[in-house]
Amino acid sequence: MNNLRRTFLKAGMTTATVAVAAGAGLLTPGSVLAAWPKSAFETKKMDEAIKILNGSAAATNSKDITVEAPDIAENGAVVSVTVKTNLANVEKITILVPENVSPLAASYELSAQTDGFVTGRIKMRKTSDVIAIVKAGGKLMTAKKPVKVTLGGCGG
Amino acid sequence: MADNKMKIRAWMTGDRATVKAILFHPMETGLRKDKATGQAIPAHYITEVKCEHQDKNVLTCLWGPGVSKNPFLSFRFKGAKAGDSLKISWVDNKGESATTTSTIG
Repeated sequence: MNNLRRTFLKAGMTTATVAVAAGAGLLTPGSVLAAWPKSAFETKKMDEAIKILNGSAAATNSKDITVEAPDIAENGAVVSVTVKTNLANVEKITILVPENVSPLAASYELSAQTDGFVTGRIKMRKTSDVIAIVKAGGKLMTAKKPVKVTLGGCGG
Repeated sequence: MADNKMKIRAWMTGDRATVKAILFHPMETGLRKDKATGQAIPAHYITEVKCEHQDKNVLTCLWGPGVSKNPFLSFRFKGAKAGDSLKISWVDNKGESATTTSTIG
C-alpha cells in the first residue's frame, strides 16, 4: 500500500518536472533567437553576410590568421575547420564558404578570456575556399584556405 | 536525458582550459529531399550555442545550416581551474533546446 503511494507520488513529481522544463525550454528560444542574425544566414551574397555580422565587409588579409582544413575533403558533409589567430582582443570569428548556397556557415563571439582558436565541422557543396573573418580590436582581418571537395555535402 | 544530446570534455592544459564538445543534432538544411517521397525535408538546425564558465559567458556560437550534422566544437580559454563548471546550452530553429553542465578536469 505504502509502496504504491510512493510510486504514485514519484510519477506525479516527474511529470511536473518535465512540464516545467518544457515551459522553460519554450520560453528561452524566443529571447535568444532575437539575437540570431537570420538575414546574414539566409543571404546568398558573402559580403552582405559579413557586413550584417561585423558592420563592414572590408577585411584586410592577415598572416596572423591560420585556417586549418584538409586539402582534399572526401566528404563535403563533414569538413573539419580550425581557425587560429595570435591577434589580441579577438571579438568574433566568422567562417564562410563562398560556393555554398548560403555562404555563412558559423560565427563565434569570443569573450575577453577566450583564445583566438575555434574548431568546428562544416558542410561544403563543392570545391571552394574556406574563408575566416576575424574581428580583433575593432578591425576586420581575413585568411582563407582552398579545399577540394570530391563529394558534395549539401545534396540529397 | 540531456546526456544523449551532448558530450562535453574539458580539461586544463597549462593555464588554459580546452573544451571539446559534440552536440547530437540532425542539422537539416531544408534543401534536401527525401528520396522515397520527393518531399523536402524541413530545416532543423542549431542556431545558437552558449558556453559558460562559472556562469560567465566565454563563447557564443551562431550557427546556420552550413554546420555539419552532430556538430563538433572546440575552443580554449584562460582564467579557469580544475573543478570549475562549464555549461553548454543550445537552441535550434524549432525552439528545441538542451543544456549540459560539465566539470573541468
